Amino acid sequence: MQELGMAEQGSIRVSRKDDNVVVIEKDLATEEMLLSMGPQHPSTHGVLKLECMTDGEVVTSAEPYLGYLHRCFEKHCEVVDYPGIVPYTDRMDYLAGMNNEWAYCIAVEKLLDIEIPRRVEFIRVMVSELNRIASHLVAIGTYGIDLGAFTPFLFCFRDREHILNLLEWASGARMLYNYIWIGGVAFDIPADFNKRVKEFVDYFRPKVVELYKLLTENEIFVKRTKGIGIMPADVAINYAWSGPMLRGSGVQWDLRRNDPYSVYPELDFNVPVPDGKFSDIGDCLSRHLVRALEMEESLNIIEQCISKMPGSDGFNPRSAVPKRVRPKAGEVYARAENPRGELGFYIQSDGKSTKPLRCKARSSCFVNLSAMKDLSKGQLIPDLVAIIGSIDIVLGEVDR
Amino acid sequence: MAEIEEGKGLSQSLHQSAAAYAVIREQFADAISDFDANETMPFFEVIETEKWPDIALFMRDHPKLKFNYMACLSGVDYPAEEKLGIVCNLESLGAFGHRIAVKVKCSREGGSIPTAAYVWHTANWHEREAYDMFGMQFTGHPDHRRILCPEDWEGFPLRKDYKVQESYHGIKVPY
Amino acid sequence: MSVSAISQISLPFLMGNNLNAWSDALAGLTISWFPLGLVIIAAIPLVFIALYALTYGVYGERKISAFMQDRLGPMEVGKWGILQTLADILKLLQKEDIVPTSADKFLFVIGPGILFVGSFLAFAVLPFSPAFIGANLNVGLFYAIGIVSLEVVGILAAGWGSNNKWSLYGAVRSVAQIVSYEIPAAIALLCGAMMAGTLDMQQISVLQSGPYGFAHFFLFQSPIAWLPFLIYFIASLAETNRAPFDIPEAESELVAGYFTEYSGMKFAVIFLAEYGSMFMVSAIISIVFLGGWNSPLPNLGSVALYDWTSGPVWGAFWIISKGFFFIFVQMWLRWTLPRLRVDQLMYLCWKVLTPFAFISFVLTAIWEIYVP
Repeated sequence: MQELGMAEQGSIRVSRKDDNVVVIEKDLATEEMLLSMGPQHPSTHGVLKLECMTDGEVVTSAEPYLGYLHRCFEKHCEVVDYPGIVPYTDRMDYLAGMNNEWAYCIAVEKLLDIEIPRRVEFIRVMVSELNRIASHLVAIGTYGIDLGAFTPFLFCFRDREHILNLLEWASGARMLYNYIWIGGVAFDIPADFNKRVKEFVDYFRPKVVELYKLLTENEIFVKRTKGIGIMPADVAINYAWSGPMLRGSGVQWDLRRNDPYSVYPELDFNVPVPDGKFSDIGDCLSRHLVRALEMEESLNIIEQCISKMPGSDGFNPRSAVPKRVRPKAGEVYARAENPRGELGFYIQSDGKSTKPLRCKARSSCFVNLSAMKDLSKGQLIPDLVAIIGSIDIVLGEVDR
Repeated sequence: MAEIEEGKGLSQSLHQSAAAYAVIREQFADAISDFDANETMPFFEVIETEKWPDIALFMRDHPKLKFNYMACLSGVDYPAEEKLGIVCNLESLGAFGHRIAVKVKCSREGGSIPTAAYVWHTANWHEREAYDMFGMQFTGHPDHRRILCPEDWEGFPLRKDYKVQESYHGIKVPY
Repeated sequence: MSVSAISQISLPFLMGNNLNAWSDALAGLTISWFPLGLVIIAAIPLVFIALYALTYGVYGERKISAFMQDRLGPMEVGKWGILQTLADILKLLQKEDIVPTSADKFLFVIGPGILFVGSFLAFAVLPFSPAFIGANLNVGLFYAIGIVSLEVVGILAAGWGSNNKWSLYGAVRSVAQIVSYEIPAAIALLCGAMMAGTLDMQQISVLQSGPYGFAHFFLFQSPIAWLPFLIYFIASLAETNRAPFDIPEAESELVAGYFTEYSGMKFAVIFLAEYGSMFMVSAIISIVFLGGWNSPLPNLGSVALYDWTSGPVWGAFWIISKGFFFIFVQMWLRWTLPRLRVDQLMYLCWKVLTPFAFISFVLTAIWEIYVP
């Protein structure tokens, strides 16, 4: 008799007699199963691949694999001149094109040190906040789908449609706008645009409440998200989480408030963080809640923009747009608050060329997703789906 | 340095950065370069590369610095100096709010930089990306693999002298 | 002409109003040696179910979900998209029938078959009207509960035979779920059987007839009956894998669960089986607790609503309407609620539904003994 095999857990003792192997004792040995989640999977929000080791329904480890949507953004930047990069930024986080363009333009404008007309700033704030609502609507809707609630998704998309129509009216495109230019915007907003936006805000406020009742306050939804995927604030900061993810962990940090840019200091809005009564701080529900609350704050900002925006008399949206963008030699790191967190651009200019020497996009999803491995340890498969959904990744931005 | 002492026309955030730099300088003296006080991105450079993890830990944990948030880590190619480098944008989130950038450089061929992934978890993926694009090694990195390009991709795409490979698994690459 | 007279205008062959008259007459119909009648009896529920699954099941689900989600649903094929399901069936028929190379071919092929058979065998004992029942078993209810368990075998065969990890997860989840939820479901139905004192489905329906319509239904006969009624409804959602208990197919977690690898007509068969069992559990709950083919309308003095709306044809109308009502509720829930997690589902079954089912069992027994 001899010990033949030791499985990872549990052992098998066998006896060998005349080449006949007889199992004489067997623990309940279970093997871990390798489960490839993605790149084609309905709830990885694109082409993310997670290689999970699973013990039954429990995920013992999950390793994210990226790069399936890598489109060489940074390599492209080195061969395209500064204004030419703007359309590429649209294609990173394709759900929030306006915010991406703006973050990039802020970086170049900082390098160029140019003054932006006041009306342009207000237009930028308004379209970006509209885009933020649209982006959060997708995040919330798809999160509902991840948890099995299909209807909120279609309600969200119905309302997002109105925003896309508005942005199409302003820029001519529905998702990839190329609207915010270095030093200005492509066109002035159409006449009556503000009136329509105001109509949308009035239309949308009750819809937010409806969404609350349908999804956020649903007993099963709360059960599925509360206490799942808890991220403590200090670990979240160490992982450089930003945006709704960081605020979900209870850190009141919003670049619009803490590192203000544009006209945000003049605007009055709250930075919502969970209070720990309805949700456990740092869990999936908190992150969802932050997004839901932010939509209302964005509505407030839009309303203030409408009332504070200077008139269009003698206004040229391209008055500050430089004819030829050739910044002085130097480096800049500029960032803006995107729907998914801090989108930063590190740009290095040599002072001679009209193309950047190096342009790195600090993608918020990329950074937020890097905590996935820690978050997923020991979770159930359905919870893993809930966690991925709460991170709200856009693979276009993760892979760039 | 001289500019700061004169203190003319400098914004408040630059003052904060300069003050933070002074604390680091006190501890590490010659291991780091002078402070480059520009308005767009104030930075200093780590000259003794192997001291970078100590500096990083010091910056994160010193009660006057508390650079707990690494906003960004970008790999950069300096063909003129025959060097590769990283640029880390650090920030003290919640505690002080000051910001500073740190540059670490290594030689272009076979150079290596000690990892900061144990100081800031977020550096883990950023360093993988920098390795993927530029090819510098990060010694001590917990998971030193490519991240965006396939494992068997040849070359490091963001180097200035990068030549794209002819074919990848029978697929013609240059188009 | 009174309304009840309408039901009398039918073929002389179908005139009988006695219990099981139609089905008995049909069963006797033999041409030379061939038992044509028995074949027709077997075919009637199948034809009905095929029509129902096409029209109300699939089309209804799409239209109802569209209505709930503020959109139109199918609108292109035929007026209001009525022919959409037919077009889909044609599409599915033409599709290539793929069997993955690494699949266990026998299990893969037999799985949908078992599922289909399991969900349709129970239709044999459903009394569709006072004069029609496929097979008048004296243990009809027991048979119906038992035959549903057969579905588990089909799901396991489909999931295991696919040789796909997601399918395996779906199958394992599904088996655990259906086997668990059978317990509260069966005990809840037993409460109804106890009130009736029989397991014969036709008898259970007959016992709930009376001139006061709905007041004779078991649900309104005792206040305790509400508890097993609700327990059975919740458990039946789980047994048919409907939301919020659709974790075996959980499309956002397991891609499509046990039928991930299926395509073409095999997929359609699985789909049909799902709608078949949806109607089956809805019919069972309406027979046991809501009087089956009995009219819910009471006789009000000279306005004899009950008498007018009773009869073989009316009976079929009532049971199908009741079944459709519960299917509508199932759809309504599906398009409203998120999905439970696997452990929460088991918690609900073993720690909530099963104890309450036992409590309701004991209470019903006490009620039946001490309350006349």
